[in-house]
Amino acid sequence: MDQYVIGVIVANVSGVLSRVSGMFTRRGFNIDSLTVGETESSGFSRITIAFHGDEDIKERILQQLQKLHDVREVEVLDSKDTVIRELLLIKVRNKTEIRQDIMTAVEIFRSKIVDYSPTALVCELTGETSKIDAFIQLLKPYGIMEMCRTGIVAIERGENCLKTVK
Amino acid sequence: MKISGAKIVVEALIEQGCDTIFCYPGGQVIDLFDELYTARDRIKQILSAHEQGAAHAADGYARATGKVGVVIATSGPGATNLVTGIATAALDSVPMVAITGNVPCELIGRDSFQEVDIVGVTMPITKHNFIVKDISELADTLRTAFKIAKSGRPGPVLVDIPKDVQTALFEFEANPQPVIPYPITFASEEKLKKAAEMINNAERPYIYFGGGVISGKASAQIIALAERIDAPMGCSLMGLSAVPCDHPKFLGMQGMHGHYASSIAEDEADLVIALGARFSDRATGNKSRYAKHFSIIHIDIDGAELHKNINADLAIKGDIRDAAERLIAMTEEKKRPRWTQRIEELKNEEAARTASARKTKSGFLHPYDIVDIVSAHAGDDTIIATDVGQHQMWTAQRYPLKKPRTFLTSGGLGTMGYGLGAAIGACAAAGRRAVLFTGDGSFGMNLNELATAVSQQTPVTIVIMNNGVLGMVRQWQTLFFDKHYSCTTLNRKTDFVKLAEAFGAEGGRAATKEELEKLAERAFACDGPFVIDCAVDCDEFVLPMLPPEGSVDDIITEIK
Repeated sequence: MDQYVIGVIVANVSGVLSRVSGMFTRRGFNIDSLTVGETESSGFSRITIAFHGDEDIKERILQQLQKLHDVREVEVLDSKDTVIRELLLIKVRNKTEIRQDIMTAVEIFRSKIVDYSPTALVCELTGETSKIDAFIQLLKPYGIMEMCRTGIVAIERGENCLKTVK
Repeated sequence: MKISGAKIVVEALIEQGCDTIFCYPGGQVIDLFDELYTARDRIKQILSAHEQGAAHAADGYARATGKVGVVIATSGPGATNLVTGIATAALDSVPMVAITGNVPCELIGRDSFQEVDIVGVTMPITKHNFIVKDISELADTLRTAFKIAKSGRPGPVLVDIPKDVQTALFEFEANPQPVIPYPITFASEEKLKKAAEMINNAERPYIYFGGGVISGKASAQIIALAERIDAPMGCSLMGLSAVPCDHPKFLGMQGMHGHYASSIAEDEADLVIALGARFSDRATGNKSRYAKHFSIIHIDIDGAELHKNINADLAIKGDIRDAAERLIAMTEEKKRPRWTQRIEELKNEEAARTASARKTKSGFLHPYDIVDIVSAHAGDDTIIATDVGQHQMWTAQRYPLKKPRTFLTSGGLGTMGYGLGAAIGACAAAGRRAVLFTGDGSFGMNLNELATAVSQQTPVTIVIMNNGVLGMVRQWQTLFFDKHYSCTTLNRKTDFVKLAEAFGAEGGRAATKEELEKLAERAFACDGPFVIDCAVDCDEFVLPMLPPEGSVDDIITEIK
């Protein structure tokens, strides 16, 4: 089973996210990550979906997505030619005996401390999923108070674009 | 000039060529019905007994004509009662527009009286759906709904219109130009060439077609192709009526309760050409044991069907009529005497097995005799509707269908209670007679529509194959569940003749061929609905049967 990342351009209308995610539920496909946001044109949103599956499942997902009326463009983003990023916000205890360890990890991972209080630290990290996973693993022993990650966004390198239909 | 949203709906419907609607009024569509009242000379309005019946009627109208069927219901329960009808249409690719009222925009989301999120509810069972909260978008949304419903692979579209949008005023510009449908996808030349090559090189080609041939208006092309390449044809339940049943190359429906000859012929083929069909589990049996010895060419208008249920060796997305036409030009004309001879053997074998399997207890009619006697009175144009269960399979196996769009049955969803509404819709559209073959179980589900058939004076002959049990489930219980007849013995005392009379219809009971003959004569002379209650033995089986998850090797042709 490979992981695929697909970019989907959809009409920016109410219910579109339900239609897209509902297709996955209804047909029994699993989503690893789904993000949605604005695009350069106000009429369209861009959804980035990551899922695991074989070639057959990937094809079925593409075909089913293309059938949805609000979906304008669907494309598999080739991982070799795509910049994939995810954002993590993670809160750990601010205790003297572990502070230095955390600071080192933050530095090595090029993370940032975005909130500093006497009892807690919030770190921000951007990167590929594997980097985020590694950072979380590293902080785990120190006690994670809470965390949230955005799920991935992805864009092709070079001139290739997921064109919005005008 | 500014007109109300309700009037915009009516004008848009007329503009889209809608001549008949099936409906049930209610609080949140009362404004719309007021406009419909004004337009009652321009749109025929058929009030059902229950919204489900109206949805099935719109479906029957669409299947019989190829036009978009329209159903209108109120919010809340009116809308949810449409759900089974919409899902039935979705699974069988029937073009339908369902219009529902909803509470005013301001009350949405507050669990107001008769409020339901019908867009959310019907999302997985429509091709697309809309809620119109801005009157400026109303007319175009309705136009788009029709466009979506009938383009490509047809299907149902729901448009939910809150009450305040119906009462608001807006400028309506009539659009005399018909909406341009979405462009048709045509099969690629390269792939068709490959298909033609596979067909030319095949020794025993077999054509398996489905409902796509009917919606794609490709009957003549499929027949011409079969004749040119000298291939037998079989079909799914949905494909029935696309090809005249007496065509020498046609072997009938294949699959779970299909004809012996077509299922075996497909298994012995070296190439299966699937046209407008989707390899449903009912048509193929166990997928892992299907297609062991043959290659598959799969052509369908819906790209999502390719490689969905079966991995074809060659999958082609495109319009079925165009693809078949081009294949006729690209393939060699062939005569395959050995293959044809084998097919004849299979047909003879099937005829012998069918004859030997027919042992009917006295006091009961054999289902095939029922179909034969009734069909002798019907014409080639008579609409044949069914419900779901044993009677449906007996009708599908036996009825001599001649013309496309004369057979209305719930294939994909298998909706018991579908048939009466569908027959009423088809009659309203086509001005033709209809026959409904049903069972006492299925008929019990939606027999309230008998009231509609009486009010509309629908010329429908309702043939109940009455065996006192839920026969199809009972058949499974007999074969696979040690005769544990769990909740399938009806023990009802319903007198269907009195019931017909109570509704204001006529009826009669038949336990012999002579009685049925006489009743059929009366029924077909009757201007309104006529119920014929036929006595059928509860242990009559639908055969052959390819057991669930089985293959042709497991076909049951006789019960000892």
